[in-house]
Amino acid sequence: MGSQGGFGQSKEFLDLVKSIGEARSKSEEDRIILREIETLKRRIVEPDIPKRKMKEYIIRLVYVEMLGHDASFGYIHAVKMTHDDNLLLKRTGYLAVTLFLNEDHDLIILIVNTIQKDLKSDNYLVVCAALNAVCRLINEETIPAVLPQVVELLGHQKEAVRKKAIMALHRFYQKSPSSVSHLISNFRKKLCDNDPGVMGATLCPLFDLITIDVKSFKDLVVSFVSILKQVTERRLPKSYDYHQMPAPFIQIKLLKILALLGNGDKHASGQMYTVIGDLMRKCDASTNIGNAVLYECICCVSSIYPNTKLLEAAAEIISKFLKSDNHNLKYMGIDALGRLIKINPDVAEQHQLAVIDCLEDPDDTLKRKTFELLHKMTKSSNVEVIVNRMIDYMISVNDFHYKTEIASRCVELAEQYAPSNHWFILTMNKVFEHAGDLVDIKVAHNLMRLIAEGFGEDDDAADSQLRSSAVESYLRIVTEPKLPSAFLQVICWVLGEYGTADGNYSASYITGKICDVAEAYSSDETVKAYAITALMKIYAFEIAAGRKLDILTEFQSLIEELAASHSTDLQQRAYELQAVVCLDAHAVECIMPSDASCEDIEIDITLPFLNSYVQQSLQNGAQPYIPEDARTGALSVSSFSNQEHRETSSHGLKFEAYEMPKPPVPSRPPPVSISTDLVPVPEPSYSRETHVSPPVLSASSSGSSELKLRLDGVQKKWGRPTYSSSPTSSSGVSPSPANGASKVEPAAPSTSRPRETYKDSKKAEVDPEKQKLAASLFGGASKSEKRASSTSHKASKGSSHSTGTSSVSKSSVPSTSEVKSPPQPLPDLLDLGEPTVSTIVPSADPFMQLEGLLDHDESGSTGSNAALDSTAKVPDIVSLYSELQVSGHDSSSTISPLSSNGSNNKNLKRTVSGGSPQGMKGPNLKEALEKDALVRQMGVNPTTQNPNLFKDLFG
Amino acid sequence: MIHFVVLISRQGKVRLTKWYSPYSQKERTKVIRELSGLVLNRGPKLSNFVEWRGLKVVYKRYASLYFCMCIDPEDNELEILEIIHHYVEILDRYFGSVCELDLIYNFHKAYYVLDELLIAGELQESSKKTIARLIAAQDSLVEAAKEEANSISNIIAQATK
Repeated sequence: MGSQGGFGQSKEFLDLVKSIGEARSKSEEDRIILREIETLKRRIVEPDIPKRKMKEYIIRLVYVEMLGHDASFGYIHAVKMTHDDNLLLKRTGYLAVTLFLNEDHDLIILIVNTIQKDLKSDNYLVVCAALNAVCRLINEETIPAVLPQVVELLGHQKEAVRKKAIMALHRFYQKSPSSVSHLISNFRKKLCDNDPGVMGATLCPLFDLITIDVKSFKDLVVSFVSILKQVTERRLPKSYDYHQMPAPFIQIKLLKILALLGNGDKHASGQMYTVIGDLMRKCDASTNIGNAVLYECICCVSSIYPNTKLLEAAAEIISKFLKSDNHNLKYMGIDALGRLIKINPDVAEQHQLAVIDCLEDPDDTLKRKTFELLHKMTKSSNVEVIVNRMIDYMISVNDFHYKTEIASRCVELAEQYAPSNHWFILTMNKVFEHAGDLVDIKVAHNLMRLIAEGFGEDDDAADSQLRSSAVESYLRIVTEPKLPSAFLQVICWVLGEYGTADGNYSASYITGKICDVAEAYSSDETVKAYAITALMKIYAFEIAAGRKLDILTEFQSLIEELAASHSTDLQQRAYELQAVVCLDAHAVECIMPSDASCEDIEIDITLPFLNSYVQQSLQNGAQPYIPEDARTGALSVSSFSNQEHRETSSHGLKFEAYEMPKPPVPSRPPPVSISTDLVPVPEPSYSRETHVSPPVLSASSSGSSELKLRLDGVQKKWGRPTYSSSPTSSSGVSPSPANGASKVEPAAPSTSRPRETYKDSKKAEVDPEKQKLAASLFGGASKSEKRASSTSHKASKGSSHSTGTSSVSKSSVPSTSEVKSPPQPLPDLLDLGEPTVSTIVPSADPFMQLEGLLDHDESGSTGSNAALDSTAKVPDIVSLYSELQVSGHDSSSTISPLSSNGSNNKNLKRTVSGGSPQGMKGPNLKEALEKDALVRQMGVNPTTQNPNLFKDLFG
Repeated sequence: MIHFVVLISRQGKVRLTKWYSPYSQKERTKVIRELSGLVLNRGPKLSNFVEWRGLKVVYKRYASLYFCMCIDPEDNELEILEIIHHYVEILDRYFGSVCELDLIYNFHKAYYVLDELLIAGELQESSKKTIARLIAAQDSLVEAAKEEANSISNIIAQATK
């Protein structure tokens, strides 16, 4: 064993690896690899290559592929190598193909036969190699080819084979559930396998099965509980212990399964309480793996039917996680808290300051997780603070994926909990401004609808106030450069609809702005279309009101440009606008009634006015309309896909030739529709405003015999209303999404806190700003926000207490009397000082303990001062550990107390188990030197560019 | 499940990649570029998890080598962290104080070990001993095959003399 055996490759290959190691840039690396590819291409096709040589070439191909280059020219040689009888070569071949090929690669079919043969081999290692390949390479089509053999292998005498067979079946299940649906009983049987490894592997497929169908596995609850019990009682072989935990990976898997089985099932959950409770009590929270199990316990507890005792224990663990210095644990704590507050929303309150610390943390991961938590605990009382924070963060991130996610969260929260429509509009403006291209266009439509429909109550004054505030904000924003398209659409629409409604702004001012938009974003046709329609509305309103039109020169040039546009839609809009401008006031009022975007438009989709025309056409010999789904072409396509579907579900490779495709019967769509089915008119890429259509339509239908007019009518009719997503789009009275929260009063000034001051105030132990934030996030949950402002008046209630604590919260001096006070619930918002005090005291404690520990170590152990210092700084005690060993050649007995002591503090890379393997090895330094010597002997001298190459990974 | 395992050095050099979900060669290159930008630049005190394209990447640094695993959002990060450590411990036992150089020159062996630990993106074996035994069996078989091949070629060489 050991690395020495690994240098069996040729000098050439070692040189390659070496030169890659010494490459100083990616481009240099690429050059070397390209040269290597050329060499391999030449060599690999030479005749009579010795097998050993071929094996090396394959490994070199793997290397090339690993570094991100294409080695597809050699795939076939790897496939050939799997056919070899020599296990050494076969294994290399399998390794290479599993790394090279995805399951849909054409070459797979050449391997299936070999796999079939190898699955029958009497050498279990060959079978194992084949099963590894099965897991990676077999796809839905080839499952039937190997399925019977894999099932047979479930009864193989070697546990390694049984285990891999189970995993292969699991893979099959993921690929095509129907293929193994008759084998579910096998999974159940394998749960009772003698070998813990096989049992552990069986949990993977069972977890997937139970995720999909909980009911049929309820009978297994008892088995799972008893397995978990046995595991925790250390009944499994010692070799499954990991860092002195009994088979923790199996425990975690079992807890995941129990969480599913106990979800919403009081009876099943009842059977689990004891074992989970025991587990949580006994679990060693000083190791990372122990915390992993604890976290899984919390997940389980929060999923199954609630049990007060377990929930309390979970809350306790969470508070430990949150108080930890370790970012990983904080992260897990925040996540776990998010799970627990679904059951008990009050849990969050005691951790408010910890949560806010996480929100301020420089670690982005933690921050995002915290936003996730905030998202879960948003209520109408704290929505403003949370959404504002989210938006601030959204502006600061560049990551496209996350920006999309957080933008959609902001929208979701704002829609659900908005305290007022005004706030909603302002918030949406911000979201659009900074992430407009990332949010769903529906959101823009919803926003337009909200502005159009207003509160939904018959409060016209409020509505128009809302609109004018929207117009005002848009006029302010519109001058900013580079706004996203969706936002510009909203802006244009609102300005067009309501820009002149309140009379604050003149038509020429608004039109000027809109013309600027159309000019500045001249590449965006959708925006231009919105802009021109907005212009049309404004002019129409002006004409209808009898005012004299003040036509700007920009406007003229814009219209001229668009009238000659390549886009027919823009052209049409431009011509319509030109026509409208010339009409008299009465006609215009019919076409463009003011503020009518919410009016219902009746559409008779049978198009009765066309009947006579259709009849006439038919009499003249036109073909009757055939509905889309009845057309032969479409029919053949759909039936073909059906057939294909059948084939795949009956799993079997089809080896006959396909049927000849039937030539689709050419069906020219007849010019006119008579049935109710829609002619598939290509939708314009953006939707049109509905209220435009009926008058124009009636106007056009007056001359209905012309083809052009008819098409216009059809397109307008079918054009989607702007916000078609909602069924209530055109009814003025429908409640807006934000209405649920409209009874909530506008926030008290105390909740919105100036951010600048917040940032300035650094790590004071109890930051008043932080508390304020906490108050607005958590405290507001149970109490109305108005309280904060009227504190002084209400202080009479419990004046001595409340004033006392509030002063503490500012001065951050925890005095004993305050420490005692916590149990007394205070009705005041400022009582937030109280949880602070309680959190500080314990959080300081472990630290002190730790220092004590370190002191103790210093005096007690052989370690030098320097080594101990490094432990105090770095969360990694391993370095200390190895140093200790080199210097002292310690036996593990002196080490284990040290490491377990230290582990109270932070997560250790290798707390306890490190003792055993290292005990067997010689000192690291010596080994490294040996390796170095060996490598030099080989003629491979890695330069000093990366001295770490020789460093023990644990060192 | 685990979508892929990537080992990168601190300089951003790829040491090992294993893909359990289908990624084209192009995507793989992109993924590695993105990840090394994300992971290598993180400070030492921060958490070992990174959210990435709706998935999560759990990474851990050993000497100058970063072990990264990409998992589903609902997976247990701490567990994955320990799976990484588990892998490193097995490598350590197999190579004897494993260092980056071992993995550079013996990447195929590291693959074999990984194949015994993970299969199809799931942990298949959590016992270090079982894995060590299997790998040893494979290695000894390979040795035996080698010897056999040598002896046969000797016989042939002698016979043809």
